[in-house]
Amino acid sequence: MNKKSLTQQMYEARWCYLFVLPCSILTGMFVLYPIGMSWYFSLLDWSGFTKEAKFIGFQNYAEAINDPFFWNAFYRSFIFMFGTVPVKIILGFIIAVFLNNQVLKLSPFFRTVIFMPVVTAIAIIGIVMTFIFSPFNGPANKFLMATNLTSAPIDFLGNPDTVLPTVMGVYVWKWLGITMMYWLAALQTVPQDVYDAAKIDGAQGYRLWIHIILPIVLPFAIVIILVEAVSALNVFPLIETMTAGGPFFSSEVMEVYIFRTAFVTDAGTMPRLGYACAAGVFWGVAVLFITALQGFWMRRTRRI
Amino acid sequence: MSKYLNFIAEKNQVRYLTITVFFLIFSFFWIYPLLWVLSASLKTDFEIWGGLGLIPDKLIWENFERAWFGANMGRYFFNTLIITVVSVVIVVITTGMFGYVIGRYAFPGKKILIGILIATIFIPQGYTIIPVFDLLTDLKISKNLIGLTIATAGHTPVIYILLFAGYFSRIPVELEEAAKMDGAGFIRTFIMIMLPLTKPVVATVSILQVLHAWNDFLLPVVITLGNPDIRTLSVGVYAFKGEYFVDWSGMAAASVITILPIIILFLFMQKYFVEGVQGAVKG
Repeated sequence: MNKKSLTQQMYEARWCYLFVLPCSILTGMFVLYPIGMSWYFSLLDWSGFTKEAKFIGFQNYAEAINDPFFWNAFYRSFIFMFGTVPVKIILGFIIAVFLNNQVLKLSPFFRTVIFMPVVTAIAIIGIVMTFIFSPFNGPANKFLMATNLTSAPIDFLGNPDTVLPTVMGVYVWKWLGITMMYWLAALQTVPQDVYDAAKIDGAQGYRLWIHIILPIVLPFAIVIILVEAVSALNVFPLIETMTAGGPFFSSEVMEVYIFRTAFVTDAGTMPRLGYACAAGVFWGVAVLFITALQGFWMRRTRRI
Repeated sequence: MSKYLNFIAEKNQVRYLTITVFFLIFSFFWIYPLLWVLSASLKTDFEIWGGLGLIPDKLIWENFERAWFGANMGRYFFNTLIITVVSVVIVVITTGMFGYVIGRYAFPGKKILIGILIATIFIPQGYTIIPVFDLLTDLKISKNLIGLTIATAGHTPVIYILLFAGYFSRIPVELEEAAKMDGAGFIRTFIMIMLPLTKPVVATVSILQVLHAWNDFLLPVVITLGNPDIRTLSVGVYAFKGEYFVDWSGMAAASVITILPIIILFLFMQKYFVEGVQGAVKG
């Protein structure tokens, strides 16, 4: 009856500890340690390339909060998120509903095609898209001119008004395949008899969608929104390779801002790793806050 | 079992054809950018900007030669290959071991470990890259492929662990007991009996890691900043854009060298790609 002591339990589980060790070391080195260090670096006045570093407390944070570029990048990241996630969720759902039809013979082919951009390297997509949207005979402009949709070429990536929507469009194109796959998985969880009922129902089908199928896939929707929202805040490679935040910082999202302050040396400016870390910490906390909020929302909906 | 709501009836041919034709046109526009870069890689610079057509007049294979040798894409290709293969091996072994004990055993501290792992999912990359760079420099492995490979393997293992843990937890206990009766120890049970049963997860995790390692950008671009020799393909093409800005066809060829291997892999192993991606919402 008497319970084993903790040391006894731990001794018996010695193999378990051995097995978790390699992965724990890797995670510790490349995930946990960097998080801790970035908090520490954020308190330093440090270029990152020399040994000289001065402890300056929260001055980096104070400077970030007073930098309009910081806040512009901050808001832009959220504009990016709110502009892409709903489009992906709705478009992905519509496509999934169609391609979930077993009768549609070419459905596997369409799925493959729509998923294709997902597997291609994001940096390459960014670079290729600078060609596609080039104002000098780029295919996008050629097509628009040939079909008389515009009379003069549009400088998609060179105009501060069009650059962000263009990058957002490319982002949706690149990752829509994943959203579609999520929805296809969700649709597979709807019980077969519900589908059969829908088949018999015929004309009243749309009601069945709204009142029966949608509530069944709703818990999925929340997980999908959560996953997609977080990934829409991690768009560094696409923007860095497409526009590098330009023109005139008009597509600079938070990660590009952090990268620029940490590594890019424009004429006369020094890289500032300490400051970049402060911006990164601030950003990380903001993202974590949003994730927590969504997690809370998810729990509430599940309970109902 | 698969379930389908077939609101498109084969008998209703007009509807069936309309939907099929719509998706055919949609698909063409959808992959046009990828077809465009493939065709551009075999054209002359002049022809690339000449029209919307996708069939080159004459196949210019020299573009690939220029990219492979002149722009060093050959070297970057092998760098990327090494990083990808080695990091896949590391990731499968370490997350497989971790998932095994998390999925099948209870031990003191397990809950804390899981809690820490889940928390790491939500931390954005932009915020940890600087200390990673610093750590590799301190360990003196920032200037060779070892550092980049280990960092690539260490970066995103959480979903893999959950996949392994979920699969291992569904294997019946009897198997393990039988192994114990036969006198197999902990490690032997794992390697000889358990791991072979998880082939589908091994395949899924490998594919996801290939995708991640081959296509990663932020980590390699930062690590190779002062060290062009260890660039990966993505970073190589990015640098190409800066250095040889006017060699459009060469850059298109470099892009094709980067994306084609993964696209071919995807076409052959589609099932595992899809399972890996869907695993994120099913769990």
